[in-house]
Amino acid sequence: MSGYWAGILSILAVNIIFAYAIFIPVATGQLNLGGAGFQAIGAYTAAFLSASVGLSVTFTLLAATIMAGIAGGALAFPILRTRGVYLILATFAFAEVVAGVILNSETLGGAMGMSVPGYVEWYVPCILAGAVTVFVFYLMATRFGLNMRAIHDDDVVSDLMGVNVRMTKVIAFAIGAALAGLAGGLYAHTFTYVEVQGFNAMVSIYVLLYVLLGGTQTAWGPIVGASFFTLLPEFLRAFLPKLQVWVLGVLGQDAATVQPPDESWRFVLLGVITVLMMAFRPEGFVTRDLVDRFSWRSRRLRTPDGAKS
Amino acid sequence: MLLFQQLVSSLMLGSVYVSVAIAFTLTIGILNFLNFTIPTLFMLAAVVGWALSYWGLPFGLSGALAWPLALAVGVAMSLLVSLLVERMTFRVMKMRFGDSTEHAIPLVSSLGFLLIIENLVRIAYGSDAQRFAGPDVELTANIGGILVRVPQLVNLIVIAVVVMGLAWMLRYSRIGRGLRAIAENPDAANILGVDTKVIVPIVFMLSGAFAGIAGAAFAVNYGEVSPQMGEDIGSKAIAGMVIGGLGSIWGAVIGGLLVALIEIMTIHFFGADTIQIAVWGSLLVLLLVRPQGLLGHNAIGKGKL
Repeated sequence: MSGYWAGILSILAVNIIFAYAIFIPVATGQLNLGGAGFQAIGAYTAAFLSASVGLSVTFTLLAATIMAGIAGGALAFPILRTRGVYLILATFAFAEVVAGVILNSETLGGAMGMSVPGYVEWYVPCILAGAVTVFVFYLMATRFGLNMRAIHDDDVVSDLMGVNVRMTKVIAFAIGAALAGLAGGLYAHTFTYVEVQGFNAMVSIYVLLYVLLGGTQTAWGPIVGASFFTLLPEFLRAFLPKLQVWVLGVLGQDAATVQPPDESWRFVLLGVITVLMMAFRPEGFVTRDLVDRFSWRSRRLRTPDGAKS
Repeated sequence: MLLFQQLVSSLMLGSVYVSVAIAFTLTIGILNFLNFTIPTLFMLAAVVGWALSYWGLPFGLSGALAWPLALAVGVAMSLLVSLLVERMTFRVMKMRFGDSTEHAIPLVSSLGFLLIIENLVRIAYGSDAQRFAGPDVELTANIGGILVRVPQLVNLIVIAVVVMGLAWMLRYSRIGRGLRAIAENPDAANILGVDTKVIVPIVFMLSGAFAGIAGAAFAVNYGEVSPQMGEDIGSKAIAGMVIGGLGSIWGAVIGGLLVALIEIMTIHFFGADTIQIAVWGSLLVLLLVRPQGLLGHNAIGKGKL
């Protein structure tokens, strides 16, 4: 396997785990715009334990997951009192505070960043991403997952029906944070270098977009969204220059003399896809209907006249 | 005396935050829509103003424009783009789902527009910061021992005047009554004869104009524009809006000034690296203690997203 593909697979695996981290709170109806904060906690925990204490990768990843999970749980208790826009802003503020603390910390390298001695091969993130995917599918199939979906659809009715809304939200938020920490730890060990600029607000926005565009109704959504948007830039990296040469060829110009297209076009495209998806398919690409259509169990779920139960 | 000088400069910075915070608070207070394109509208006015005063109109239609004219075109531009965003986010949702306030959809769409506009500007002008050649910012007046820069003073007065004008309009004019009616209950307002199709674009125009004016003021006073200038100012303005209370004009004024005060005082006492902790830490604490902010109502922004 070439280094190029190993790198892409690693980042893909990290992004899938990160997307599931955001998906679990979103599946209970909580938009988390502070994903980068939890990822930073995980990444810096792993980096610090690896560099200063010299623990092995297994333990640093475990510690990263637990640390971010504890931080998420501790934050969730007070923060989930807030709702709607306030929750989004509170998570956003939390991520900014985390970045600020790291920036001012001498032991964590401040603005200089930190190099991480432990290195993992590409298959480690891939295996973990597979495990996380299976775990989230299992979680969504349990009673707890059913509670999460019920709260997403209507929290007042769920409360009346005896679902412990507060507890479910807090646990979902903490699981999400822990997964973000795991993604951060893997990020640190894959790139063997962390700096606080890598965990800025735009990262939180991107990962939230991956999840929302992939679809939040089923656990298929995040994996589809994260894969599509991680692989799209790589595809565009090869495709955009060719497109430019073709357009210039049609216009009758010599393509050899012009600059290759700006990297920013990728983000413009992400924006355009976001706007179009929100207008035409706001539930995301993978919906429950779509999964039903391709599932062999779907007929059992339908009533004889063809309407879905 | 130095501390007093700092207070004056935080008032100047605060006026920019206030203007952007009002742009945010209008769309969220009236339409329950957290519009993430506002930071880019702020940036767009300044960058378009810079481009016109540096190069002139595109396709060689004119030479470099005078800077006040260029900035005016920039503000008009951000107002127009704001209307475009309304068409493509808020109105689409309204037509397809009959209701655009209950969903996170417009918010996510506006994140999409944030990416589109910012990166298009980056493609057009590059991502480097550019120097805006406005009036002489060093022109100072000595008022009672405090040195005040004249352009800053003018900006402060301009922003104060437009804020007061907005407050007056919301309170006394027919459009203002319509806006407040929609904020309270869109359906009832519609039944009682408020034309939401006319009023909603006005909200977007107003918020585009406030963001644009702030961008122009920033370009003049700090003499520098860049495609990413909106990110920092925009997020601080959001912090100010939340501290003041969502949906309240005077809350946005107080919150914006407060954030600037926290920022300048943090720089004064602890250095520039701790701004993030100070501003966002105080916001986080406030959200946990008093989520509705200093002047806000309890109901706004609590809708399901």
